Amino acid sequence: MSRLLLRGGRLVDPASRHDGTADVLVEDGRVVEVGSGLDGTGAEVVDCDGLVVCPGLVDLHVHLREPGREDAETIETGSRAAALGGYTAVCPMPNTDPVADNAGVVEMVAARGREVGLVEVFPVGAVTLGQRGSELAELGAMARSAARVDCFSDDGRPIREARLLRLALEYARAFDAVIADHAEDASLTDGAQMHEGEVSAMLGLAGWPAAAEEMVVARDLLLAELTGGRLHLCHVSTAGAVEVVRAARARGVRVTAEAAPHHFTLTDEAARSYDPVFKVNPPLREKADVEAVRLGLADGTLDAIATDHAPHAREDKEVEWATAPPGMLGLETALAVTLTELVEPGYLDLAVAVERLTVGPARCRRVSGHGGPVAPGAPANLAVFDPAAVWTVDRARLASRARNTPFHGRQLRGRVVHTLLRGVFTVCDGQATR
Amino acid sequence: MQKHLLSAGDLTAGDIARVLDTAAHLAKVTDRAIKKVPTLRGRTVCNLFFEDSTRTRISFELAAKRLSADVINFSAKGSSVSKGESLKDTAITLEAMGVDAIVIRHGASGAPWRLAEWVQAVVVNAGDGTHEHPTQALLDLYTMRQRFPSFDGLKVAIVGDVLHSRVARSNVLALTTMGAEVTLVAPPTLLPARVETWGVAVSYDLDAVLPKQDVAMMLRVQLERQRAGFFPSLREYARLYGLDGRRLDAMADHAIVMHPGPMNRGVEIAAEVADSIERSVIADQVANGISVRMALLYLLLGGPEVTT
Amino acid sequence: MSGPAMVLDGADVHRALVRIAHEIVERNKGTDGLVVVGIHTRGVPLARRLAGKLEEIEGRPVPAGALDVAMYRDDIGMRPPQATHDTELPFELAGMVVVLVDDVLYTGRTVRAALDALTDFGRPRAIQLAVLVDRGHRELPLRADYVGKNLPTAPDQAVRVLLDETDGSDGVVIEEPTTKAVAS
Repeated sequence: MSRLLLRGGRLVDPASRHDGTADVLVEDGRVVEVGSGLDGTGAEVVDCDGLVVCPGLVDLHVHLREPGREDAETIETGSRAAALGGYTAVCPMPNTDPVADNAGVVEMVAARGREVGLVEVFPVGAVTLGQRGSELAELGAMARSAARVDCFSDDGRPIREARLLRLALEYARAFDAVIADHAEDASLTDGAQMHEGEVSAMLGLAGWPAAAEEMVVARDLLLAELTGGRLHLCHVSTAGAVEVVRAARARGVRVTAEAAPHHFTLTDEAARSYDPVFKVNPPLREKADVEAVRLGLADGTLDAIATDHAPHAREDKEVEWATAPPGMLGLETALAVTLTELVEPGYLDLAVAVERLTVGPARCRRVSGHGGPVAPGAPANLAVFDPAAVWTVDRARLASRARNTPFHGRQLRGRVVHTLLRGVFTVCDGQATR
Repeated sequence: MQKHLLSAGDLTAGDIARVLDTAAHLAKVTDRAIKKVPTLRGRTVCNLFFEDSTRTRISFELAAKRLSADVINFSAKGSSVSKGESLKDTAITLEAMGVDAIVIRHGASGAPWRLAEWVQAVVVNAGDGTHEHPTQALLDLYTMRQRFPSFDGLKVAIVGDVLHSRVARSNVLALTTMGAEVTLVAPPTLLPARVETWGVAVSYDLDAVLPKQDVAMMLRVQLERQRAGFFPSLREYARLYGLDGRRLDAMADHAIVMHPGPMNRGVEIAAEVADSIERSVIADQVANGISVRMALLYLLLGGPEVTT
Repeated sequence: MSGPAMVLDGADVHRALVRIAHEIVERNKGTDGLVVVGIHTRGVPLARRLAGKLEEIEGRPVPAGALDVAMYRDDIGMRPPQATHDTELPFELAGMVVVLVDDVLYTGRTVRAALDALTDFGRPRAIQLAVLVDRGHRELPLRADYVGKNLPTAPDQAVRVLLDETDGSDGVVIEEPTTKAVAS
């Protein structure tokens, strides 16, 4: 059925500043009309009364683990998890095996995403060869490839040398591409297991001071200013970092920044259980940092919510803290966590929350066709969710191959009902269509 | 008392007093012709040691045997490279074997907490990474109690690499629970973050602190800390923070020196001081260690099984 | 629901101890080679008093000791771990007659534990048992050699011996159950 009418939902479309009841008519994969009382003849009518209709969510930062660690996740299982979370576009990071530092790998990842067909995959290419931090990868080849990469990152690793980051920021200007940096001073975090603070001191775990992130954020901002390049900051987690970004923005520095749901919800207290499901880089921080991230998302200092979805094989996380790899799942819970932890307590209203999950991230790089506006001619990449539905996260029932969600057992409000990718249901009535 | 002994912070003042009182009674078992009581007959205690420690392991083994329990020793040097599969798989195996208690020493902070998730047995932390060593703290408190009538207001200085010391953390917890006044003395680089929230005094000046103390607990300084740059040289460390003859003389007459062992002569303790105190320190450790561990095993295993 | 009923008062307790002491002397033809060992808790002060009475009668001191049986109980693992006390046996057991002393003889399990504990310390020539109260309901084939008072009781009643040293006054009371009682 190529004609679809989403009737009577609350259409929240930040890109067109729309927030109100509206019908959306979709045909042949595109939005054809938005209005009230639209004629549904010949269309499959989907009743959206009581539900929110918005652009499909965009995740700037995920790890799909394919190629190389298909035991933890594949492009298929990750895409399914994304669709169930209301996402229609995801940006997988290049720290795969082999590393996505050349046209071949990025094209393979994008093609596999198309083949699976549950989300649109926009690969992120590596900045340096093998992410080793010493030589630039062929950014041009990746940018001109079929994958059309316009965002590069060595995520997982910091770019240690300022000189190299400077070169990357400058060189990427030729392709109008973004360099997304994982800000961490490796010399201060050597051997670190969690955030450095009162909790780490009591738990006997080496700590990662907030300053190790803030120093590098400050450095990166200065280099962005110097080079005129496009800088994006991954997973901002500290109050100090938010502050530095806010000040740089005010000075007119061109930068975008993201924060992950776990960084605006959980604190380092979670580590007391020694369960490595709470081990992540950057680590869970203190209450004041969580508050600052929330306020940063509220005032737009932080442009996007990005999950940093990091699946790990079950046995990899069922070990002692020190041995476990860092990382948490995020795709299937991001929307609900945002609604529960930011909208419900009043940090953001719903429209702003949707903005940070859709057009905000889409604009950090070129995620074209996603994030809105929901307007005639636009590809029908949409999500429909029930903002009032209450559910409890059960790690055994996630679509992701992995189970390392820090939200297991948590009650959340907000649940995806339908997701549409180019007008086709990828999720219908809360179930993936394939 | 809680089901497991994972952290000294899990013990109330009442729990600690109970352990120490029971240990005092059980100490007499060693003096008998038959050095055994039938109390834990038919129970199995497993020593699961991922780090070498002959002394602690033997102490637990003797404690269990004196209570007529059966003991199995599992010595596994798990490395971080092996993904820790040794711990969970081992736990499942021990669980299937039906052991009643697992005494675990592991190089990773928090390992006993993970083990407790995977087994029904009682878990006793015999030292986890740089985190805690609660039975050591209990035996240290027992030693102190033999010489001082009360912990209330007792002045205890813990000197040395507090940052990496599990003995220090457990002692701070147990001593503050019992009302002692603890002072940590170390170079700033070897003190944990936010240590001022621990309910202790902090000083960088050993000479200023030492004369007022009832107990001076000297922590072992590992050589790799100097290599990692926490202090410029062993010589400087010894000069500023080592217990030498001069400092020993400056201590009050009634004051005692303790050391969790083994001693690094010439670093935290000068050679001549070590010679004169080593024997009594070690003797206390050995005898008291067995009594305290007997008391713990009795109190943890002597009641009905707690299923979690 | 009646309150505790005193079945022996201080004077009764005293007379019972005096009589037991005489019986011990008579049966053992004196106190030579005899020691008195009290089972914690109230057996201990009773043993000391008995030792004192024996000394009054025979004119020579009789050693008294204390025995803690917590480690020898047969219900380890069935109830929370019991508090421990000091065992003091400042004499050789070999060749001695040990008079074990306890306040109440009931199921007999405490005495059994005491016999095991005692034999881990040495091999007495003989062991005799003196109790202030025998309340019946034996669960093991044990009996006392010297009994202060035989008190038939129902299993759900509680028998309490009060002693000056531990409770401020002497006496034996029976408590009726207020709720469904559990035999201990």
